Amino acid sequence: MSQIIEKKQISSDVFLMRLEAPLIAEERQAGQFIILQVDENFGERIPLTIADASTKDGTITIIYQVVGKTTLALSQLEVGQEVEALVGPLGTPTHIHNYGKVVCVGGGIGVAPMHPIAQALKKAGNHVTIITGARNQDLLILQDEMKAIADEFIVCTDDGSVGRKCLVTEPLRELCANEATKPDMVIAIGPPIMMKFCSETTRPFGVFTQVSLNTIMVDGTGMCGGCRVNVGKEVKFVCVDGPEFDGHLVDFDNMIARLSSYKEIERTRYKCFVEKTINQKEAAL
Amino acid sequence: MSYHTLEELNKTAKDILEDLGDRISTLKNKERTAIPSQDMPVQDPFLRATNLEEVAIGYTAEQAIVEANRCLQCAKQTCVDHCPVNIAIPSFINHIAKGDFALACEVIKESSLLPAICGRVCPQEKQCQSNCMVGKALKDVDKSVAIGRLERFVADWERNNGIGKVPSVKPATGKKVAVVGSGPAGLVVAADCRREGHQVTVFEAFHKAGGVLRYGIPEFRLPNEIIDHEIENLKAMGVELKTNFVVGRTRKLTDLIDKDGYDAVFVGTGAGLPVFMGLEGENLVGVFSANEYLTRANLMMAYDKEHTDTPIYPSVNVAVLGGGNVAMDAARMAKRLGAENVYVVYRRTENEMPARNEEILHAKEEGIEFRFLQNPKRIVGNEASRVTGMECLRYELGEPDESGRRKPVEIKGSEFILNVDTVIVAIGNGSNPLISQTTANLSVNRRGNIVVDETQATSINKIFAGGDIVLGAATVILAMGEGRRAAASINKMLSEELAS
Ligand SMILES: Cc1cc2nc3c(=O)[nH]c(=O)nc-3n(C[C@H](O)[C@H](O)[C@H](O)COP(=O)(O)OP(=O)(O)OC[C@H]3O[C@@H](n4cnc5c(N)ncnc54)[C@H](O)[C@@H]3O)c2cc1C
Ligand code: SF4
Ligand code: FES
Repeated sequence: MSQIIEKKQISSDVFLMRLEAPLIAEERQAGQFIILQVDENFGERIPLTIADASTKDGTITIIYQVVGKTTLALSQLEVGQEVEALVGPLGTPTHIHNYGKVVCVGGGIGVAPMHPIAQALKKAGNHVTIITGARNQDLLILQDEMKAIADEFIVCTDDGSVGRKCLVTEPLRELCANEATKPDMVIAIGPPIMMKFCSETTRPFGVFTQVSLNTIMVDGTGMCGGCRVNVGKEVKFVCVDGPEFDGHLVDFDNMIARLSSYKEIERTRYKCFVEKTINQKEAAL
Repeated sequence: MSYHTLEELNKTAKDILEDLGDRISTLKNKERTAIPSQDMPVQDPFLRATNLEEVAIGYTAEQAIVEANRCLQCAKQTCVDHCPVNIAIPSFINHIAKGDFALACEVIKESSLLPAICGRVCPQEKQCQSNCMVGKALKDVDKSVAIGRLERFVADWERNNGIGKVPSVKPATGKKVAVVGSGPAGLVVAADCRREGHQVTVFEAFHKAGGVLRYGIPEFRLPNEIIDHEIENLKAMGVELKTNFVVGRTRKLTDLIDKDGYDAVFVGTGAGLPVFMGLEGENLVGVFSANEYLTRANLMMAYDKEHTDTPIYPSVNVAVLGGGNVAMDAARMAKRLGAENVYVVYRRTENEMPARNEEILHAKEEGIEFRFLQNPKRIVGNEASRVTGMECLRYELGEPDESGRRKPVEIKGSEFILNVDTVIVAIGNGSNPLISQTTANLSVNRRGNIVVDETQATSINKIFAGGDIVLGAATVILAMGEGRRAAASINKMLSEELAS
């Protein structure tokens, strides 16, 4: 059981929650995640990255987008209520050291997990360039927080409502192509397709590129293999070997296909739940 | 075998009892072996293939008494020698024969803590029952005294009549024991250490306790109600249960001692690392480890499609790879979840299958199709990366090797495609490295199993281990046996500390 200490809506369908979890707050490192369940009996287990933590308050912060039944149910909980099951910190922490020049690319909701990593990379002495991107201005999150960390800050939107009107891969390519700005390491977190294209962008330049994968998970401890991905010639379990991998080795197409394993079922369950919620609201009026 | 209802079987037992009358206590051995062995009442195969309820219903009291009277009360107790925890088998059976079920249960509990579970899942035909004199006399191991069914009967009888007492707990010693993992090994350690008056906390990674008993073995073979009952008993004894707690991540193993002040730690984290075959196409959508498939179905309740949020793959034609209990469970679960055709693909023949005989029989009755002497070569998929089939090779038994066993050899050019949309890999479990990777100085062997001495002590002071994490994927009863031994060592260590 974890009590919700704070809840904030930070864009149209993105929420920030601070949860009571003193042990996780104490142990967690950048790049790690938790698995939570809204309902211990029938709820599914979903992985979410730890965006921030405070050992003083004994809390962790998660940021999530409402994309399915569980995230919708989570967004309906209020401060003071409890999340029934919360387990973590899971995964291997990001390898933080002084690479020199690093570029952090955060797409959409991926900016949230990027935040603690960018912070740690900055602290380790790196020159940090941050590129954030989203479809439009409304979907950009944590801009002030990221700006505060960045030595260089670049914003891209698909529609040009703020920053450059382009995909994140465009400034990334420019940075790689210029000997003076060529990064020593790139880390990209966001939708799978974005991570795939970031990796493709840096590949010809031979720039080491890490990506943080968010696959389907069940246990999060290496027991089920549901989270497996092809990395080079090897099969890796994202929940224990990852979530970060060398983007040039990840088989993104297989990963994207595996992510859609239950698309149909998930879609109907989400629809049913939305309808039920609406009906309940109407009945209450 | 034709199907008989519980009522029919019970009537047969009643008739036998009536027939024997008072003579029953003075029968000669020959007369006892002549008593027909009592069949386990089961749910109708056609009905049960579509429900989750327990397949084996359990003996009636009359059946149990008849079956118990088949026991010869041998002087040389070979059955006891072949029970990993040496239950006083003839003694408990004798009490059943006399109708004293309570006493029978007490006898079993001296050696085994979880008889309702062992009676259901032990591979008896390879243990106690393989060495029963009745079976030997009749030259058929299936005609041995049904020790497991009798064990289950008394345990169920006790639970259903609500007469099982919560074990008494000695006065508090002030010592703290941490148990990591709530599978059978951990549960036994928790009970045995708590009984001595130590404060016990069980840490479990999942949100529910029970280990494989909960997430792996399905409801139709081991109902959750039985596991719940055992967990409730532990809680009533004062054992604290901390779920959603991954030792190695939420807290380092040695921190339990260094930071949290535990005086002893038991590691019973199980095997829990799915082994894949390394086949081409094994990462396609529709290929699952048995662990994943069964966890979704059991622990995450995916069989309850109405209520659960956890999806399960909508399968029509399923191939299960492997021949053990895990494979049988996965196959039978897939059938219950609506698959039309379920194939168990196994490289050897039925004789080599490690699964319990009863499970193989039940699987057949439920319409699972066995494909012996076949082995997958690769899994094929469509443009959406979904499984559309599995290419298999046929095998034949070759010349016997030195051990006299005929090894399967592939038949060249015998490739064919099995039309399936789902493949469940159930070829075994390795040991999960999470604890060893996050604990310095913990000795593990080449296979990743924690190394222990004869007291179950690991290479780190105050830390003990047992069950599958030590043995590799083994059995419930062996895990319990190791837990027993570890608890005895922990209790001894702590009592010496208290005395000094
Ligand atoms: C599908 C299936 C069917 C089986 N059928 C049979 C059968 O019919 N008969 C039989 O005798 N045996 C059977 N077995 C084998 C048997 O279940 C195991 O040998 C037995 O459960 C091992 O017990 P254990 O206590 O060592 O570990 P487990 O039962 O594996 O329990 C380990 C527990 O530790 C938890 N854990 C793991 N890591 C951590 C961590 N870091 N921190 C906290 N908790 C952790 C796990 O979540 C789990 O709950 C079967 C196994 C499977 C998978
Ligand atoms: S515990 Fe298992 S091996 Fe021992 S008597 Fe019971 S069924 Fe046989
Ligand atoms: S989520 Fe089960 S192994 Fe990674």
